[in-house]
Amino acid sequence: MELATRDLLRLATIGSVDDGKSTLIGRILVDTRQLFDDQLDAVAEASEKRGVGDLDLSFVTDGLRAEREQGITIDVAYRYATSPTRKFIIADCPGHVQYTGNMATGASTADLALVVLDVASGLKEQTRRHLCIAALLGVRSIIVAVNKMDAVDWSKLAFERVVDEIQALARDLDFTSVSIIPVSALLGDNVVESSVHFPWYDGPTVLEALESSEAGAWEHTTTRGARLPIQWVLRQSGGGRTYAGMVNGDTFHVGDRVTLLPANIETTITAMNFGGDEISEATVGLAADIALADETNAGRGDLIATAPLPSVVNELKTTICWFGEKPLVIGQRLKMKHTSKVTPVRVKLINGVIDIEKLDIDESTTLTTNDIGLATLQTADLLVVDDYRSNRVTGSFVLIDEATNATVAAGMVGHASFL
Amino acid sequence: MTTTTLPTSTTTDHLDLLESHAIFILREVVAECERPVLLFSGGKDSAVLLHLAVKAFAPQQLPFPVMHIDTGQNFPEVIDFRDATVERVGARLVVAKVQDTIDQGKVQDPGIMGSRNRLQTVTLLDAINDNNFDAAFGGARRDEDKARAKERILSFRDTFGQWDPRKQRPELWQIYQGKVNPGESVRAFPLSDWTELDVWQYIQREQMALPAIYFAHDRDVVMRDGMYLAVGPFVEPRDSETVERLSVRFRTVGDANCTGAVKSHAATLEAIIDEVALANVSERGATRADDKFSETAMEDRKREGYF
Repeated sequence: MELATRDLLRLATIGSVDDGKSTLIGRILVDTRQLFDDQLDAVAEASEKRGVGDLDLSFVTDGLRAEREQGITIDVAYRYATSPTRKFIIADCPGHVQYTGNMATGASTADLALVVLDVASGLKEQTRRHLCIAALLGVRSIIVAVNKMDAVDWSKLAFERVVDEIQALARDLDFTSVSIIPVSALLGDNVVESSVHFPWYDGPTVLEALESSEAGAWEHTTTRGARLPIQWVLRQSGGGRTYAGMVNGDTFHVGDRVTLLPANIETTITAMNFGGDEISEATVGLAADIALADETNAGRGDLIATAPLPSVVNELKTTICWFGEKPLVIGQRLKMKHTSKVTPVRVKLINGVIDIEKLDIDESTTLTTNDIGLATLQTADLLVVDDYRSNRVTGSFVLIDEATNATVAAGMVGHASFL
Repeated sequence: MTTTTLPTSTTTDHLDLLESHAIFILREVVAECERPVLLFSGGKDSAVLLHLAVKAFAPQQLPFPVMHIDTGQNFPEVIDFRDATVERVGARLVVAKVQDTIDQGKVQDPGIMGSRNRLQTVTLLDAINDNNFDAAFGGARRDEDKARAKERILSFRDTFGQWDPRKQRPELWQIYQGKVNPGESVRAFPLSDWTELDVWQYIQREQMALPAIYFAHDRDVVMRDGMYLAVGPFVEPRDSETVERLSVRFRTVGDANCTGAVKSHAATLEAIIDEVALANVSERGATRADDKFSETAMEDRKREGYF
């Protein structure tokens, strides 16, 4: 068997309740033969037990007891598929508004969003909301499966009505790559196998569209400059230390001039290792460790960077997805985790809440559960940040409740251009 | 001095990405938690996890101990492998015995032939409490089971060790947030995004050693509940059963009395990878009686605090 180098595509499925998201994922897995016989038997058995027909494909991903009982998706299910060209990590995200935090969890690492909607009902509020969150989280490519085409007699007219609606929203949200595909997840038309029902459609199937999309997008950055947030300091056997962390942005090379931040100390990379072996360069996504020429007291939470350098701040304008049960208010204290740094923060200002329907900002001085808004935060310690749109690693953070340690918000430095 | 040039991101083998991601998680949890531990069963997944942990902290020693929850119903080859591996990497081994939990009267003895699988949870939770561990690394993968497919990489457990699937912490980007209050803990699963095939390909690439029972060998087995069980101290043939001598191997390592063998002639890593790539029955479905009781067996055990 040939073990060719394969890309890894991370995708998140989004869409409204009952539009057929989980069924579409089930269909992809079944038709690409990713499911084992015993798993299919278990799905058939569960379907029969609940009187929902021979094979309810949504049971493939809705794995929790409550999900099967209520027929909804509560939390992200991760599934894995392999085609001849690449490996896929599929985050099947929940649709209900109360599970927005789970949806954002799935979308935050996605290269691409696979959107499922019912041709008869078009873009529901839920789907618009999720597309907006995906766009805010930096997803730039979408594949839209216009589902349940079998229920409208494979009507071109019905499909085109939905296409216009999607394209208008995609323009508003600045998506750069949009594929819109008529499908029946139930019957399998245009998912993996092409269909005889669409003589008027000559585009790709869902799988073909997935195979040709750009992978690795989420960790790529548009800013130049390499970044290594220090996670851990390793003592080397001959004395000396190296600084371990995951590289993002540009590549580090031995001999590069780098700056240690926030201390602002300029020095040079004298050596780099991976897993105890020396390497000469370290690229995005590599968990490397770096030795520096000058003695420093660098530690966890500091950052090694090449030019152009990130900003060093103690006050920042952010976009916040608030998941806390009680509203976020001005003056509130929380902890922030940004890269490997944890620091106390205070909400200086809430600059408004995003109206998902109109895509503009309403005045508000609080954020309630599942609101997305703009807030200015003050931090106790200096932070080393890039704008989220140019670097998803140094531009993202979570907020933590000081008493319960629960993660109560996801935040991004700066705000999206479409706002 | 050897200098290797690592591939660039666009040509990086997906195993490189999975490997670096797992190392990142290991370092992050060790930095955030006070007293981590790595759960090591001697199976292939925990062997990969330990291998990654060594890489994550090289050239230093592991900054945490490894712990084996010993049901007392192990394959001897696995215990040999456990001891040899722990010695080779210089780790401190903590063994928590299900027998001790039984002797303390905390759980009932199911008898020599009965399954101790579910009892392990009590031993595990006691050991976590007794040692004040606040983070436990496990080798679980999301492709193993539909409940695991739902679990976060850092999975929060309350003071009773329970997993509440309806109250998982949002886990965005690669920000892993492991802060807990005293008595609470996290389970960390750095291999979450690996599949069975990824694990085997990685073992081959890294030329790792594994317990001999993973490779095809001749063994006396009986067919019970649709699985071949190895005849031995924990599995005595019943009157209705016929002992067969077959070429078999094990796809997972669990207790000797509930882990099924599969018929196989795959005696090398290459042959195993070919076999795994073509398999039409899942790893747990083929070989684990413990998952066959109900449709949500894994979810129910995880809620109680299972691995």
